[in-house]
Amino acid sequence: MARKENPNPEVEAKMEETEEGTVLFNVPFPKDLSQLKEMSPILIKQPYQIDYLHSYGQDSPFFAGLANKKLLSTKCPKCGYTYGTPKFHCMMCGAECDWFELPQEARIHTFTVCHFGSQEFLPQCPFILIQVEWDDVDTLFLSRLVGPDPNEATLDWVGRKIRAKFLRLSKFKPTDVYFVFAD
Amino acid sequence: MRPVYMVSGGISKFAKARPDRTFQALAKEAFDYAMNDVPELTLEMIDASVSSYFSDHFQRQLMSGIMATDYLGLCPKPARRVEGGGATGGLCFQSAWEMIASGRSEICAAYGFETMSHVNTWKGNEFIALASDVSFDYPVGGFYTGYYAMMVVRHMQEYGTTVEQLAAVSVKNHCNAFHNPYAQKRMRLTIEDVRNAPMVAWPLTRLDVCVMSDGAACCILASEEMAKKLTDKPVFIRGVGTGTDAMRMADRPHLKVPLLPNEKEEDYKDLKYPGVHSFRAGRMASKQAYEHAGITDPLKEIDFIELHDAYTSSEIQTYEDMGLCKYGEGGEFVMSGKPFLKNIDYGIEFPDKSQVGLCPVNPSGGLIACGHPVGATGLMQAAFAFWQLQETTEKHLGDKTIQIPDARVGAIHSHAGTGTYVTVSILEKGF
Repeated sequence: MARKENPNPEVEAKMEETEEGTVLFNVPFPKDLSQLKEMSPILIKQPYQIDYLHSYGQDSPFFAGLANKKLLSTKCPKCGYTYGTPKFHCMMCGAECDWFELPQEARIHTFTVCHFGSQEFLPQCPFILIQVEWDDVDTLFLSRLVGPDPNEATLDWVGRKIRAKFLRLSKFKPTDVYFVFAD
Repeated sequence: MRPVYMVSGGISKFAKARPDRTFQALAKEAFDYAMNDVPELTLEMIDASVSSYFSDHFQRQLMSGIMATDYLGLCPKPARRVEGGGATGGLCFQSAWEMIASGRSEICAAYGFETMSHVNTWKGNEFIALASDVSFDYPVGGFYTGYYAMMVVRHMQEYGTTVEQLAAVSVKNHCNAFHNPYAQKRMRLTIEDVRNAPMVAWPLTRLDVCVMSDGAACCILASEEMAKKLTDKPVFIRGVGTGTDAMRMADRPHLKVPLLPNEKEEDYKDLKYPGVHSFRAGRMASKQAYEHAGITDPLKEIDFIELHDAYTSSEIQTYEDMGLCKYGEGGEFVMSGKPFLKNIDYGIEFPDKSQVGLCPVNPSGGLIACGHPVGATGLMQAAFAFWQLQETTEKHLGDKTIQIPDARVGAIHSHAGTGTYVTVSILEKGF
């Protein structure tokens, strides 16, 4: 059989590794204890799984807002600093902030396309992350942009007008809201 | 506060995986290397220590710090663990500095480690992304390369920085590491190789991003009196600085630039700072360290820098934070050749050869090429900088290519994602 030329010699062909091991109950052992320092390391699998009862605490109204198709954030009544992502206490002056509703039309401040990601998000790759900006709002909001071809990323996306959309079946996560191009 | 010196450094060979050693034994490798380099120093003489590692998740072990401390034979003396994301090593170094400067300790060992190979790369990325707000950031697609990619996209938008300028950083650091046997990735690359590598998070490719590693590093710090007894080549720690910023990138304000002595307010008339394009913590750390060390023109007064280049983009952003050039000029700065080594052929044409090597950045290869076992990284930078100032690079690396001749002042810079904690320490030849 003709051997195929490796198209990318930098990347050696190899079988994908998986994490299933073989159940093993014993290993070979030398008679002479001085040989133990040459022994290969023993690797075992240690599973680790936890269900947290994570509280959104003082930020809970934000998530209740998403479930009701409202984008909420906070504003400082003392110094006027306005947040794009809620902070219950103002990081500028320390005062307790008040809730307000953000406009659902906004602009892209910056973005990226994730072609890889953390294990939890790998099945969703490629996906687009954006920082959302509003006029007269001092800070930004991290969200996803849905619609454009992730392989056609261009700097021209920065500054584009976007519009919020909400999941019909709320998951009470920040991804209950996402954005699409509005221009 | 009294003067503090560094008297020794040690590094374990950084590797993708070191299953042959637990984290305690890895720390011991780096510690023993540092101890053996100062034959006068005995275990009894070390009167305090600071350990650092970033994540309890990687080892699935809480209090790994004390487990390394006891393994090194440093109990029952004072010790603590410090942690601050990617800046963990830099914070550890400064914590040991504080122990000596305050008079609590005469000789203090600072050691750090991380064993990241215990989970696969994508699970590792998940652990790292847990160092972002788990209510608002992580669930949207928590991935650090993605966060940094958004920052550099804004840098490109504000200043016209190009992906080729980012790639030049990768070429430089991988090529420098070719002469550093401690480095994990020793490659000669072209700008095209970097751009043709698989895309990780637009516009950053796999060669714009550092890898995960197993490794350990150690620095031994001492009071002036002890330093002079232990070695004829001590290195003086001339200044330290630390800065911080909000964890959520979205929360970063848009204010005015805290100016360095070589900058003027009119330089940044229309700039909203730091936004997501710059690291305010890096600027604050630099400003403090320069004030402490009496540095007014960093590019002229610092002979080389080991800085935190987890991403090529963050190296360019850090040139600006550290005042090697003005904000917005980081891309041009790399293409000027100033941060390259004079004596290495990188296959890049520089416009003015006299500018090449003015202030080499990451002569060791940095995180991009050496690897980034988080808790060890900031201490690894200190060890490389220490050897540069001692002019003992050849002794420790077996290769003198990256030794900067007559280096008197060096800076080390350690950075936690996405610019939350940053430390800068100024080191000076002390003999």
